[in-house]
Amino acid sequence: MIPAEFDYVAPGSLDEALTALREGGEDAKVLAGGHSLIPLMKLRLAAPSLLVDLRRLDELRGVSRADGVLRFGALTRHHEVATGGYGLISAAAATIADQQVRNMGTIGGTIAHGDSASDMPAVLLAHEGSVVLRGPGGEREVAAADFFQDYLTTDVGEDEILTEVRFPALEGYGFGYEKFNRRQEDWAMVAVSALVKKGGDGTCADVRIGLTHMGSTPLRATAAEDALRGRPLNADTIADAASHAADGTQPPSDLNATQDYKRHLARVLTRRALTAASQ
Amino acid sequence: MTATVAEPWVGRPIKRKEDPRLIMGRARYVDDINVTGQLWATFVRSPEAHAKILSIDTSAAREYPGVRAVFTGHDLDLAAPLPMAWVPPGIEVNNPPHWALAKDEVHHVGDPVALVIGDDRYAVVDAAAQVLVDYDPLPVVTDVEAALTDGSPLVHEELGTNRCHEWSLGGGDLEAGFAAADVIVERRVVNHRTAGGAIEPRGVLADYRAGALTLTSSTQVPHFLRLFLALQLGISEDRVRAIAPEVGGGFGSKLQIYGEEIALAWASRKLERPIKWIETRSEGLLTTHHGRDQVAYVRVGATRDGKITAFHTKIIADLGAYLMLLTPTIPSLGAFVMSGVYDIPAVQTDIVGVFTNKISTDAIRGAGRPEATHMIEVCIDQLAAELGMDRLELRRRNFIDPASFPHETAIGVVYDSGNYAGALDKLLEHFDADAERAAAPAGKLRGIGYSTYTEICGLAPSRVTGPSGFGLQTGLWESAMVRVHITGAVTVYTGTSPHGQGLETTMAQIVADKLGTSPENVEVIHGDTATGPQGLGTYGSRSTAVGGESVARATDKVADKARRIVAHQLEAAVDDIEVIGGRFAVKGSPDKGMTIGEIAGAAYIPENLPEDMEPGLEELAFYDPSNFVFPFGAHACVVDVDPETGNVDVVRYVAVDDCGPAINPKLIAGQVHGGIVHAIGQALFEQIHYNEDGQLVTGTFADYALPSAADVPSFELDRTETPSPVNSLGVKGVGEAGTIAATPAVLNAVVDALRPLGVGYMNMPLSSMRIWETIQEAKS
Repeated sequence: MIPAEFDYVAPGSLDEALTALREGGEDAKVLAGGHSLIPLMKLRLAAPSLLVDLRRLDELRGVSRADGVLRFGALTRHHEVATGGYGLISAAAATIADQQVRNMGTIGGTIAHGDSASDMPAVLLAHEGSVVLRGPGGEREVAAADFFQDYLTTDVGEDEILTEVRFPALEGYGFGYEKFNRRQEDWAMVAVSALVKKGGDGTCADVRIGLTHMGSTPLRATAAEDALRGRPLNADTIADAASHAADGTQPPSDLNATQDYKRHLARVLTRRALTAASQ
Repeated sequence: MTATVAEPWVGRPIKRKEDPRLIMGRARYVDDINVTGQLWATFVRSPEAHAKILSIDTSAAREYPGVRAVFTGHDLDLAAPLPMAWVPPGIEVNNPPHWALAKDEVHHVGDPVALVIGDDRYAVVDAAAQVLVDYDPLPVVTDVEAALTDGSPLVHEELGTNRCHEWSLGGGDLEAGFAAADVIVERRVVNHRTAGGAIEPRGVLADYRAGALTLTSSTQVPHFLRLFLALQLGISEDRVRAIAPEVGGGFGSKLQIYGEEIALAWASRKLERPIKWIETRSEGLLTTHHGRDQVAYVRVGATRDGKITAFHTKIIADLGAYLMLLTPTIPSLGAFVMSGVYDIPAVQTDIVGVFTNKISTDAIRGAGRPEATHMIEVCIDQLAAELGMDRLELRRRNFIDPASFPHETAIGVVYDSGNYAGALDKLLEHFDADAERAAAPAGKLRGIGYSTYTEICGLAPSRVTGPSGFGLQTGLWESAMVRVHITGAVTVYTGTSPHGQGLETTMAQIVADKLGTSPENVEVIHGDTATGPQGLGTYGSRSTAVGGESVARATDKVADKARRIVAHQLEAAVDDIEVIGGRFAVKGSPDKGMTIGEIAGAAYIPENLPEDMEPGLEELAFYDPSNFVFPFGAHACVVDVDPETGNVDVVRYVAVDDCGPAINPKLIAGQVHGGIVHAIGQALFEQIHYNEDGQLVTGTFADYALPSAADVPSFELDRTETPSPVNSLGVKGVGEAGTIAATPAVLNAVVDALRPLGVGYMNMPLSSMRIWETIQEAKS
């Protein structure tokens, strides 16, 4: 790896990290595992002047649950998320790249990176979760719906560090995660996160559908959700709802997937994810 | 006393001698080797696929801190362009000059235009960004068939054509063959471009000092490299030492004389400093030669009862921008086995080589034979569908009769040995197609594909491939030296250059049996032109069939001398001395004998040797094979296709391969595993893709999708053993066989799965989207 020249610090506290980040200016970047940033630096697509490595900040590790909210410290490794039994969150984390990456990559890192092809952003969006950002002026909580702004662009300010990722613990929801990729280790060509709450009468009391790699940010398939919410849950209604999964999307295309194909995949995967979530 | 007859080492699945150092990180690759005073190099490469170089401003780069020199194409006063080894008699081959650094024009993205040398590995890369090149872009062509049309942009304007050469090989009466056919099937068969993808990138350390050059390179061909370094730089060959240290794979991509090797050697001489360069992965995908990239128009004719009467192929081969060492020869290697395992009376292959604005193609694992096998094995299935005949029955009706070996094919190639029905029978012992179909999961389309193949390897009988034959400007013999030290330890020097195949183990097994010792006592040395005998490298599945045979012959000479020493010392007849129970013993009196250590002691302290016998115990052998060898086998692949998404899962893969008597079954299995994965990779995942502007779209391993273990099933392997009469070991190559066999098995399985949807044919790469699109087309 021959990146452009950069400085590196690994502060011992969050305050020190924030200071280092502020002093580093606009070209300073936070390193929280590095499995997205380092490859970009290697290809010289990113050339930060300073890396502020969070690896010593044990305060940012670990998972807790309080008041119906699951709180993941930003440095919680994908492996820990994948094996913690957190429903859809774990199911999605278990599909991230390969074991080596899951042992290094972190939930805060992947959310802050904001790649719409990564697994966790759409899962967070579907949960209507939030992130906690710490800056020089203190802490603020930002809803996932407001956080992902554009391709690799999030609401994290230049002088802020994402410290926590919060998921409401959705009691009584079934889930399905359908990821389509070329190889096991690849980013999703398309992935669909589905959360379904079944009412007592067998109808769909609530449904959340997150779409991965179907736009420049993670998306909710609102048309599909609206088509299913309140209706009976059966193969026909699910198929009908899934047929709206790609409505209004402009997915990025590449050599392996045109827009048409990705929209088709989104519909198929949504049907499958909803079916799993409705069991 | 009765000596126990030890089980021979040959045939045993012992673990690889080389693995402990590889697994524990003790091996030394080029990147691990540093010398005092070493500088670092990097190359400035063209971002344009085709352009005139108007100017190169190196001033800023020269002034960059730590930079020692910046060279451009016109600075390099080399004796000749980079080598190309093929001069086929009677064939005109357009060979535009290919310099280590482009001089006035670039012809593909990645074409090097400047060399930046400095103290620091990082600084030179930063400095390279300061080299300002003014390009005048020229029209680009990347599609091989478009390149042949009138009015196409020309890759080399001065040639007036993109056509490099035309070459044909045929035999039998093609016209009569097709006239006798009741059914003729024609298909356009595409074999797309792939990369070698070796785990170790290329790397070079050039060290010119005191009038001699030592060049360490991640190469498969150190001896060729030494020769061409001498020729290019005008140094006497004896003053050049080429070293292939530990080399982490090559798959043919390091069977090359690369401009980086020549440029670094030149610069080291110029600056009188050692200089090192290590390729980056991105650089590798852009500039390490690619493979395949052929479009073929295949015609096969057969009678209604399934007897193939004629087989014709027109191959349009995408050679890329320049001819590298073997670029234009690759499709011809396939032509030698174009009729595969079938007895076809009339066969013809017509090849046209074409320039495009892409990096050159050259040998990648199988080199021409995977393409040929793919053509015939895919078309056999197509023919079976046309005839309404079972695919395996059609194959059986056309297999070459096992009683006819050595079998001369219609084009005059003599297959050494084979039993194709035997391999297929063995395959079917493990594989019940009906049961497989019955076990298809709900919602999936299950498909089964077969490939029955042979290939041509063990390169090569020099009289066939040499200057007056096929036209390679080299011999393809091999040599080996076997030295028994005074303690009885054995060192084997081979001219082959293994880079992951495990030859240190297999060659040690061969030697151990002949000398009554164990493989642990036999060290195999390779890859250094200063320490070993001469040789020609590792490629073309030649290292055991040719290199191993030369080791066997040198060892036989040692054993002959040992026998004479023992006979002399024990007062027995030479003919009565045999190797038994770890000793050279007298027949019928196994208690009378000497170990190889005792014999070596007698040889090196020559107090009691036969009259006129020289002291010492080491021998050299050269071996040029009398023929190629022809491994073969039968493969079956089971896939499940998701008709909704187009996804293909390879759920089962069974392979029966025959490479003659096994020296080490474990290593054969490893080679077959890797070979099959290589082919599954091409069929389903891997594709080098350039866009219309000649930009490489698949320039990282995120885009160029090499499969991992998670993407392939656990392979089920078996073997038959049909000895080759060509060498004393009876062995055939196996390093390429899996790759040669497997792409048609996968493609035939996918097409088999899709038949119920009305899809009768499609080409690789079998990406999910292309399968989905093909299904949509069939529906509409």
